[in-house]
Amino acid sequence: MLVVVEQFLNGLQFGLLLFLLAAGLTLVFGIMDFVNLAHGSLYMMGAYFAATFVAWTNSFILGVFMALGATLLLGVVLEFVALRHLYGRDHLDHVLATFGLILFFNDAVRLIWGPAGLVLPLPSWLTMPVQILPGVYYPAYRLSIIVVALLVAALLYWVVMRTRVGMLIRAGASNREMIGALGINIKLLFTLVFGLGAALAGLAGLMQAPILTVQIGMGENILILAFVIIVIGGIGSIRGAFLAAIFVGLIDTLGRAFLPDLLRMVLSSTAASTAAPALSSMLIYLLMAIVLVVRPEGLFPAAKR
Amino acid sequence: MAEPLLRIANLTLRFGGLVATDNLSMEVAPGELHAIIGPNGAGKTTLISQLTGQLMPNSGAIYVAGQDITRLPSYERSALGLARSFQITSLLRDFTAADNVALAAQAHAGHSFRFWADARKEQPLREAARAALKRVGLEERADVLVSELSHGEQRELELAVALATRPQLLLLDEPMAGLGVTESQRMVALLKELRKEFTIVLVEHDMEAVFALADRITVLVYGRVIASGKPDEIRSDEEVKRAYLGEQHAVTSQG
Amino acid sequence: MKSLLNPRNAVVALVIAGLLLLPVYSAVSGNLFILTMFTRIVILALAAASLNLIMGYGGMMSFGHAAYLGIGGYAVGILAFEGIGSGFIQWPVALIASALFALVIGSLSLRTRGVYFIMITLAFAQMAYYVASALSRYGADDGLTIYKRSSFGPLVDLSNRTQFYYVCLACLFGGIYLIRRIVNSRFGLVLQGVRSNEQRMQAIGFNANRYRLVCFVISGTICGLSGALLANNTDFVSPAVMYWTRSGDLMVMVILGGMGSLFGPVIGTIVFLVLEELLSQVTEYWALIMGPLLLLIVLFARGGIMGLLGRFSRG
Repeated sequence: MLVVVEQFLNGLQFGLLLFLLAAGLTLVFGIMDFVNLAHGSLYMMGAYFAATFVAWTNSFILGVFMALGATLLLGVVLEFVALRHLYGRDHLDHVLATFGLILFFNDAVRLIWGPAGLVLPLPSWLTMPVQILPGVYYPAYRLSIIVVALLVAALLYWVVMRTRVGMLIRAGASNREMIGALGINIKLLFTLVFGLGAALAGLAGLMQAPILTVQIGMGENILILAFVIIVIGGIGSIRGAFLAAIFVGLIDTLGRAFLPDLLRMVLSSTAASTAAPALSSMLIYLLMAIVLVVRPEGLFPAAKR
Repeated sequence: MAEPLLRIANLTLRFGGLVATDNLSMEVAPGELHAIIGPNGAGKTTLISQLTGQLMPNSGAIYVAGQDITRLPSYERSALGLARSFQITSLLRDFTAADNVALAAQAHAGHSFRFWADARKEQPLREAARAALKRVGLEERADVLVSELSHGEQRELELAVALATRPQLLLLDEPMAGLGVTESQRMVALLKELRKEFTIVLVEHDMEAVFALADRITVLVYGRVIASGKPDEIRSDEEVKRAYLGEQHAVTSQG
Repeated sequence: MKSLLNPRNAVVALVIAGLLLLPVYSAVSGNLFILTMFTRIVILALAAASLNLIMGYGGMMSFGHAAYLGIGGYAVGILAFEGIGSGFIQWPVALIASALFALVIGSLSLRTRGVYFIMITLAFAQMAYYVASALSRYGADDGLTIYKRSSFGPLVDLSNRTQFYYVCLACLFGGIYLIRRIVNSRFGLVLQGVRSNEQRMQAIGFNANRYRLVCFVISGTICGLSGALLANNTDFVSPAVMYWTRSGDLMVMVILGGMGSLFGPVIGTIVFLVLEELLSQVTEYWALIMGPLLLLIVLFARGGIMGLLGRFSRG
């Protein structure tokens, strides 16, 4: 029972991180029709910045905020220098150009920080377990990830649903020509949205950093998970991304934790231990396949027209 | 009257709150040229698109020669002999005129899962293409890329492509759109020839052409049929005059 | 009648001649490295050519093509591991396995278009990567060493460098010839018609997705052959061959050479891999140059090398 609660919370926490990543991706795609593979690089940069700034300042909080700012700035510069020239072009062009950026970022990181990974140590107040239910303890840091991510999700929801900028973003996601017709400074809006997406990715990266090592390529696998989430949730839909991310986080985590035991009930134990790792790594892709068969447009597509 | 070639029953299509096709029913008899007219936004192209399967209606049914085709995908409707020309020219721009027509012929001459032989050397297909191009007066332009054809030629090619599918029902969506005076006259002459052979549904803005060609006319306003009948009946219909032809006195007084 | 003597054809002829004569040069000069390197180039060029079939002619942007390299490779590796060394069994199994994977992935991804298609092919290829990483019997992450290359009896000896090179080259030229026939066949015309204007093709009676799917399967099958060759070349197969950046590399090769031209991918593969080799001799951080270079190519040189040559020949 304890294990189940813990794994459930782990899944939730992973799902929320995935949401931060997917939200930026789906916003940028929804409003600018731009596919950004280098989104995972921003996630990686967030983690590297955090590890560096925390070491410099000796303060976890300060370092984290500096890293957030740095990722946002990096995103804005990236958009300004390179990516805005690609809007309106073929998606294939986006994919290739941002693929080039991934190569660039990976080697730039290797040049600056070296090939070995970094560690982002936690301050002591975040390392102790917290009692969440009578007799159930959960690491404070993971709990704080859940809280922060939920707060950010709420904030994002508020921005998108309740503010003027959010209205433009929603308008853009469902009908791109319209924002042009409204006479908005589109370039500024685009840069803003891209910066926001970058900051979200950076936040996800730096929050994940203390749990895993900070290393080159850390943003790539998780980016593909973010794609899966977007496919499941429906492109351009924040709500879809949120629900799909939690779903994927839970299924992936719970699958890895409990599938071996479940399989052992039906299969011989050797067969189960062979099949379980392969099957549990396939789970979310199978989920995506099912969604594609049942609802190719995703479970919660952004409203059209 | 015999079984109509095309029967539309209570067709309805909504885009969000907008009703593009509103409980629309009409019939087209074999051999007739049936024109559909109506002001801009009356839902003429939307109707054609539902007939050929690019759009699916919310409710209602479409029958061709008695067969319900409402939910068939467009390629299966083509096999049943439905062919359309597009209002906004829709051709394979990086192919030659002959290739465009030959592909239409190919779709109706055996299957296309043939991977080895050079399709451009299949004489029957090339013959069919040449015949259809000749029909519309484009045989000289067979090997020209579509992107290099003039607008008028592209309109004619649209027709040739439709003809090459050996249709029993031609759905022509404003074949005269954007044509100059001489080009329009050529198109009218061509349609006069084609109507001897095919049942035609013609959506057209050019009233002179419509009244010159049509056996019957259906008038659409806001996705609804407000009148249907012989050209003379339409011309004298009060509601039509009010809703639509009022702005086109030049035409009515001419007839 | 178009002139046969234009820069494009001249370059293609030169490349063909160069590839045919390369082992002679290698033997005379004693430069064994170049033969090794070009064996790899020829194998990956076949993969790029297969990707070009769906991208350039079919208009389908697959970002998961490396999966077939892995599937073809693992078919050879696993059969060899289980004691079946005959290429007459290994290679057909590699092709059939790739075709089946393409059939499943294709019928799922083709339910969508555009960006979705890119993301879904990418995701499924990554799934194949993870599954291979979990195959503990076959080396999991560490991969599987192949102790004996596919055997074709007295016909040909793949452990002989020169013979192996020519087998690869024959597969490449055979593959390109096949693609050439396909492109000009009934099927190929429909495919290109669908790329150009799907609505029009549906309206004249073609079920566009069936043609797309068949094309997707053919392409995956050809790439599976490339995977079988690659495994033989390295005597090894590991999940890394289907990592998603490898799919990206293949895409770059196709674009670099020129999408939708028969020999474009071959030239793109040569340029990409030679450039990678040269840059990595200059600096350890070659991707620092390659990455931005890619961005520049996308921004300024669409149509790739064949496109540029084409512009030359028109004056």
